[in-house]
Amino acid sequence: MEILMSITVGVLFTVGTYMILTKSMLRVIIGLILLSHGAHLLLLTMAGLQRGTPPLLSLGSEAYADPLPQALILTAIVISFGVTSFLLVLAYRTYKEHKTDDLDQLRGSADE
Amino acid sequence: MTLLHWATISPFLLAILIPFLYKYLRSIHTGWFVLILPVVLFIYFINFLPITSNGDVVKEVVPWVPSLGINFTVYVDGLSLLFLLLITGIGALVVLYSIYYLSKKTEKLNNFYVYLLMFMGAMLGVVLSDNLIVLYVFWEVTSLASSLLISYWFHREKSTYGAQKSMLITVMGGLSMLGGFCLVYVMAGTFSIRELIANVDLLTGSTLFIPAMLLILLGAFTKSAQFPFHIWLPDAMEAPTPVSAYLHSATMVKAGIYLVARLTPVFGGVPEWFWILSGFGIITLFWGSLSAVRQKDLKAILAFSTISQLGLIMCLLGLGSASMYFGMGEDYFTLAILAAVFHLINHATFKGSLFMTAGIIDHETGTRDIRRLGGLMTIMPVTFTVSLIGIASMAGLPPFNGFLSKEMFFTGVLRASELSIFSMETWGLLFPILAWIASIFTFVYCMIMFFKTFTGKFQPEKLEVDHVHEAPIGMLISPIVLGSLVVVFGFFPNILAYTLIQPAMAAILPSLLPDGEVFHVDIYHWHGFNAELFMTFGVIIFGTVIYLLMKKWTKLSIYMRERDPLNWFYDNGVSGTISGSQAITRIQMTGLLRDYFAYMTVFIILLCGYTMIKYDAFAIETTNLSGIDPFMWVLTLVFIAATVSIPFIHHRMTIVIVVGVLGFLLALLFVVFRAPDLALTQLLVETVTVVLFMLAFYHLPDLRKEKFTPRFNIVNLLIALGVGGLVTAIAFSSFALGSEANLPTIAEFFIENSKELAGGYNMVNVILVDFRGLDTLLEVLVLGIAALGVIALVKLRMTGREDV
Repeated sequence: MEILMSITVGVLFTVGTYMILTKSMLRVIIGLILLSHGAHLLLLTMAGLQRGTPPLLSLGSEAYADPLPQALILTAIVISFGVTSFLLVLAYRTYKEHKTDDLDQLRGSADE
Repeated sequence: MTLLHWATISPFLLAILIPFLYKYLRSIHTGWFVLILPVVLFIYFINFLPITSNGDVVKEVVPWVPSLGINFTVYVDGLSLLFLLLITGIGALVVLYSIYYLSKKTEKLNNFYVYLLMFMGAMLGVVLSDNLIVLYVFWEVTSLASSLLISYWFHREKSTYGAQKSMLITVMGGLSMLGGFCLVYVMAGTFSIRELIANVDLLTGSTLFIPAMLLILLGAFTKSAQFPFHIWLPDAMEAPTPVSAYLHSATMVKAGIYLVARLTPVFGGVPEWFWILSGFGIITLFWGSLSAVRQKDLKAILAFSTISQLGLIMCLLGLGSASMYFGMGEDYFTLAILAAVFHLINHATFKGSLFMTAGIIDHETGTRDIRRLGGLMTIMPVTFTVSLIGIASMAGLPPFNGFLSKEMFFTGVLRASELSIFSMETWGLLFPILAWIASIFTFVYCMIMFFKTFTGKFQPEKLEVDHVHEAPIGMLISPIVLGSLVVVFGFFPNILAYTLIQPAMAAILPSLLPDGEVFHVDIYHWHGFNAELFMTFGVIIFGTVIYLLMKKWTKLSIYMRERDPLNWFYDNGVSGTISGSQAITRIQMTGLLRDYFAYMTVFIILLCGYTMIKYDAFAIETTNLSGIDPFMWVLTLVFIAATVSIPFIHHRMTIVIVVGVLGFLLALLFVVFRAPDLALTQLLVETVTVVLFMLAFYHLPDLRKEKFTPRFNIVNLLIALGVGGLVTAIAFSSFALGSEANLPTIAEFFIENSKELAGGYNMVNVILVDFRGLDTLLEVLVLGIAALGVIALVKLRMTGREDV
């Protein structure tokens, strides 16, 4: 299972990187979303996937899933959501101001 | 702080006061206040003469950075004292001269005297310091002050060019010298020159000995304008003439000479030292005298003449270091040191006076071009007399002091050619030949200077000044004093012998001197009919012949070109460096974010990939894996398929839906992997993100098909595949190696204590708000900032202000 998930993470990173290397601003944002999906999944995978029940003590189980990476991912999800929403609004504003979403046309002048 | 320390830094203290004196006492020329200091210092240093001529030294220590072995140690022996007297004595004369040379009304005197005092203090520090680092600090201040003085008339383009050039070259040498000092410290563990001389055997055995020597010599050669670093000196002639007289003939350019002489007890005695010094010295002598003949500007002639004479002194120091190799038995090599010290004094006197007379001529006629001058003998009789003395001394004519040191120089090179060490038997003969030719050209440019300026026809129509007359008496005092010294030292050279020269020699060659003895110093005019005398005759005869044939060889193109051909390397080097770095920047900084991202990812791929291959880090776990349920295959394949399809979608609604599907599939994965809180959050966040996307996409254009060239697409794809492959490989390896390490997780702690310590059943939530609550606090802060940022973006409209 871990190997399969690692490959899935690799696919997410491949597609995410490819999207970031394109011209359109929105594709870049989608690439970032894919990269953060990949990172979250990688965090979970690296902690081991086979162990026990959900981390709720009320279940009274012998073995629980590791709670720490889950807490870390939860934090990461919220942060990446904040960043993504900010980027989306930024893209919106940029398009409104400059009438383009092509990153090649948004480059600065030579001396900047 | 002893009196000596105060004396060293007194010019800096006075420099602080200068702007106030300039501002509030406008009626008095600021130079008069400055003049007091070098005079006082000169009298103060005269008092050390009895001490050093007895062979005693004065050493005073003030700790500066004791933990690094850097102390402000001042040390006075014969060599330091000789330089101290030169610096303060000529300094006083130069200040006096500058009072009449620079106008009170039109010049920024405060700048001038602040720079000059800064230079004087730094120069005193260089020759007084016993600590190499302190010496280096003062050394760099001399470079700085010199550049400031060269660019004194900073609105002239040539001044700033010369200042920049001298700065670049001398600072380059200064930095390499610092490197050499650090190597010396690595070898001997001390920065003190005294301790180095006492522990020379620590250095000579080391492999760093030669690199340290080369680096330090690079510093000395750049400062003293040795070939091929001499090119800054002619361009430094854009400075006011008092500066040229002081810095670029008498003091600063001799700092390199001082350093070489000072470190002779440490590095002398090896063939490399001998060869580098005498070889570069003689080449500089030859090249300088050859170039001086071609110049048409009085100060340019003097600049190349200075280069040539500095080469002569450097060559003599190199020849004299052979005595370190042979010991006291062969005492005619100590004669070379004697000649070096003597010529050092002589050169400072006659070159100082010549610069000052050149300045007077410039001041009174408005030009320094020898093609426009002529016939000034009767118009400016005093200047003429002083110039005649200086030029005759420079040419090496009896009875002036230049003759004496020239004779001793010939003796030195003739003896050197007879050496049987350092493979001198093959190359040694070059020394007297080159020296002799150089002397002939020295004679020629001296004649050009003299006859073109003072004899011939007076050409008032070529001059811009209406009425040419003799300079005011105040301006003439300094050159007259220096000219008299030339005559006095010429007729009575032995007044210097045991007061200044012998102590300086004892400081340069301390190991050769048995306790209680002194070097034998006798300087005579008449040695009998020996080879040196006939060489001098030859110089005079050939020099005269060449001068008389001047009409013939002035047509040659090599004569027409005044600038040193070596400037080509400097100019092209500077402009090449600038255009080269601009070209690199243009290639690399494209302004496209995509390119920068590609650089970063490629770098990461190469770095991590190299590390994994180098340390054979790739590992894959096969035993400790969890099983895969059949439905997981389906789920994962759908997930991967959705991911891979994203780049191919060009319709905006489709892409939003697919990204949403991906998020919900991820939530499903979280469910499968027993993370209910994550699944919940992911569902929620994904929903909101999709809504946001819809809102944003409503205003944005449809996704066009990307128009990249196919090659570009392949590069992108390769980079992306590299990143993905790397992440997968690292994930495999770290999982495998992590389970091999068998370290216990800290999950047990949370499982055991969530109830006991925090009173909660949901371990994830307990961690978020209790065990690791700080993360959550800051995460809330992140969300808050994002929300405020969104509001600011949407609401604030700073129109009309383009570049905020």
